[in-house]
Amino acid sequence: MNTIKNISRRGFVKSIGLASGGLILACNTSIFSDKEIKPENLINFNPNLFVQLNSDGSLTLVASRSEMGNGVRTSLPSIIADEMDADWTRVSVKQGTGDSKYGDQNTDGSRSIRYLFDPMRKMGAMAKSMLITAASQKWQVPTNECSAENHFILHSSGKKIGFGDLVEIAKTLKTPDENSLTFKDPKDYKYIGKHLRSVDAEDYVLGKATFGIDKKIPNMKYVAIERCPVTFGTVKSFDKTEALKIPGVEKIIEIPRIERPFGALGGVAVIASNTWAAFKGKEALKIEWNLKDNQNYNSDKYMNEITKNVHKNGKVIKDKGNINKAFKDASKIIESTFQLPHLIHAPMEVPTATAWVQGDKCEVWASTQTPQSARKEVVEYLKTTEDKVTINVTLLGGGFGRKSKPDYVIEAVIASKLIGAPAQVVWTREDEIKHGYYHTVSAQYLKASLNKKGKVTGWLHRFALPSISSTFVSGVEYASSGESGAATNLPFNIENHKVEIGKAPAHVRIGWLRSVINIPHGFAINVFADELAYEAKKDPLEFRLNLIGEDRILMPKAKIKFNTARLKNVLKIAAKNAEWDKELPNGHAFGLAVHYSFFSYVASIVEVSLINGKVKVHNIFTVIDCGIVVNRDTVIAQMEGAAMFGLSLTYYGKITAKDGAIEQGNFHDYKILRINEAPKIHVEIVESTENPSGVGEPGVPVIAPAIVNAIFKLNGKRYYNLPLTDHDLV
Amino acid sequence: MITLSINGEKHIIDVSPEMPLLWAIRDIIGLTGTKYGCGKGLCGSCKVLLDNSPVQSCIIPISAAQGKEILTIEGESKNLQLLQESWVELNVPQCGFCQPGQLIAATALLDKNENPSDTEIDDAMIGNICRCGTYQRIKKAINRTVQLKKQS
Ligand code: FES
Ligand code: FES
Repeated sequence: MNTIKNISRRGFVKSIGLASGGLILACNTSIFSDKEIKPENLINFNPNLFVQLNSDGSLTLVASRSEMGNGVRTSLPSIIADEMDADWTRVSVKQGTGDSKYGDQNTDGSRSIRYLFDPMRKMGAMAKSMLITAASQKWQVPTNECSAENHFILHSSGKKIGFGDLVEIAKTLKTPDENSLTFKDPKDYKYIGKHLRSVDAEDYVLGKATFGIDKKIPNMKYVAIERCPVTFGTVKSFDKTEALKIPGVEKIIEIPRIERPFGALGGVAVIASNTWAAFKGKEALKIEWNLKDNQNYNSDKYMNEITKNVHKNGKVIKDKGNINKAFKDASKIIESTFQLPHLIHAPMEVPTATAWVQGDKCEVWASTQTPQSARKEVVEYLKTTEDKVTINVTLLGGGFGRKSKPDYVIEAVIASKLIGAPAQVVWTREDEIKHGYYHTVSAQYLKASLNKKGKVTGWLHRFALPSISSTFVSGVEYASSGESGAATNLPFNIENHKVEIGKAPAHVRIGWLRSVINIPHGFAINVFADELAYEAKKDPLEFRLNLIGEDRILMPKAKIKFNTARLKNVLKIAAKNAEWDKELPNGHAFGLAVHYSFFSYVASIVEVSLINGKVKVHNIFTVIDCGIVVNRDTVIAQMEGAAMFGLSLTYYGKITAKDGAIEQGNFHDYKILRINEAPKIHVEIVESTENPSGVGEPGVPVIAPAIVNAIFKLNGKRYYNLPLTDHDLV
Repeated sequence: MITLSINGEKHIIDVSPEMPLLWAIRDIIGLTGTKYGCGKGLCGSCKVLLDNSPVQSCIIPISAAQGKEILTIEGESKNLQLLQESWVELNVPQCGFCQPGQLIAATALLDKNENPSDTEIDDAMIGNICRCGTYQRIKKAINRTVQLKKQS
């Protein structure tokens, strides 16, 4: 059955945010996802992706995904335009509101392009085919004498007609059988795989782009909330006298705690006529808290606890071969323990949402990565139905996983409901750092055996880290199998391999952060492999390529295959680009790391110097194989950004808790890399015809281990815990 | 009553003289191109030009901005415009949120220094955080603007 239909004459186009008129094609993309195909999706046609061609030739796409610097609003329409032979400059994008009619809108897991590439191409090919049919009817010529080029249909006689002028006929046509569609040869792509500027670039530089924090509604109140310093603590009592004296502060209300994964933390809210007054009012509040259980959380002590837990047997989740025998027969045993702290997202735009509750209806404007789960939460809180709730997605001033948790949307809804006016909740930077969903803290223990020839015969990986699942199900004390990632799917050819998980209960909310579990696993595995190379007295590059071993497919049952040949390939290219064997200036050294995540293969080689005891990264050579590339420039930009994200966490990233309260609060104690510390980044993208895979996240995990490996060459010290500021290296 | 002159236009506002310029610009006057990132002078998202000098508007009370000329990202200046063109040409922004502050900082630099060295660029831009990590392109875009100006 067709996945695309012509809905030009149906009534509901307004509800999807398009003006009526023109040729409108709708497509159901859910059957393209790598989730299981639901039979009802094949029977009922639930379109979730729309494209409209108007008679003036303009082409509009309703984008279901959030823009947060990942270029989705540019790359998705470029696919359609290319396959349709449309003029890219005539394409505009409308942001869809949060609604299941758009399919899965979660912009995370680096998967937008992965899911939508095929449906987008089909849409484009279908529209083109219909325009050709329309032209052939108009001219009374066979379709095979017509072709499309740059927004026109051409006839072999030389006459031509614009796309827009064919809309009226095309509207009346039935969509052709999808099996009859012809697709472009990839070598003829005009936009796919090329450099395209962001559709929002001009608005960004002119200050015209509207982010969540820029939303203004008449009579809107600004809201700042003081939350309990200890996670899940509640308000005992509060004194609002001083706060109410601040000019602009109008009201103080209590925000209840909503006990759901994305529910409001609760606290005391200052309602004011401007943001500054709300912030000042918040500082002036005097609140007594019930601190509850998590007040005993001290991250230093906790690190010792989970470290103990990886130094004893844990839950076995993988046991290949006979690890005990391998260790017994070894000519050398190497053991190391890795410790990484919590991190926080710190997107440049703090969490912000504006809500307007009127009766049982509610409209929201928010910078959110997940409008649908926001909608679900709002429906749940207001005890209303989905059709009464509209979630408008603004541009996101960075997300990195923070904005896939809509707790701040619920806060705005609660505030609006309680005050009976539109409410904009703005988090201070301190709120963002102190009350987030933290990247997990982790302890990992790795042990390996080498035989006489320096070959790795056994590999034990034990890790303990509070699980993201603990945010969803209380009482979870062990990482889930999904969080075993590269520890289990180790791409090394080692006969005996065991993975165990140690106990690690959560005392703060744990959440996704750009590249998630790949940060700790990628770090430990890459640093440890380098250590083994040293112990085996081999060059780290050659040793690593041998360790990955012969070409093979890992996880053969997965829909997207893990091909070790592609992993070695990115490492080899990175080594070539960096000139791994060349002589570097005194005090400089290369370090390498390679990692597979989000179905993409990334290797980075970094050139680091250590001068007067301080680290400086000069160059980063990154190679990514992410299958077919849609927008080359987006991929390069994402790799550049990922390197900076990785550098920030290597140098500075550390969140600590004392008596349950997060100790950091702003950019002076939670530092982010600055321009003078930014190295040159050289990105190469592997040419590929494989399925497109993730781009936003997989560039992060390689950076920290590559730097640590380079430093070892310079001072003979291996740093098993980050950040480097703790070692006085930056 | 306080009078602010922003992008050549006078605004008379009735708020506390202690209010930071950032919030007066955003919430009272309604120009939202200037951004809040930290509120403590640490990130540069809120930068504006005050009598041609770059300042963090989140820590300057409006009383201190009275009688001075304020330029925000929405304003007009030769260097700002040239930089904006380079920014678009090199596709600098990712999420875009920090970019108004970056552009104001870069404008201040080029206003004072026609031919900045790499170190001078770093020094001028060090107060501006970009969490998306667009620094490499920012440097390139500044250099491109300098080159174009030399040629013309
Ligand atoms: S908001 Fe002013 S410097 Fe960060
Ligand atoms: S572009 Fe996102 S913070 Fe700079």
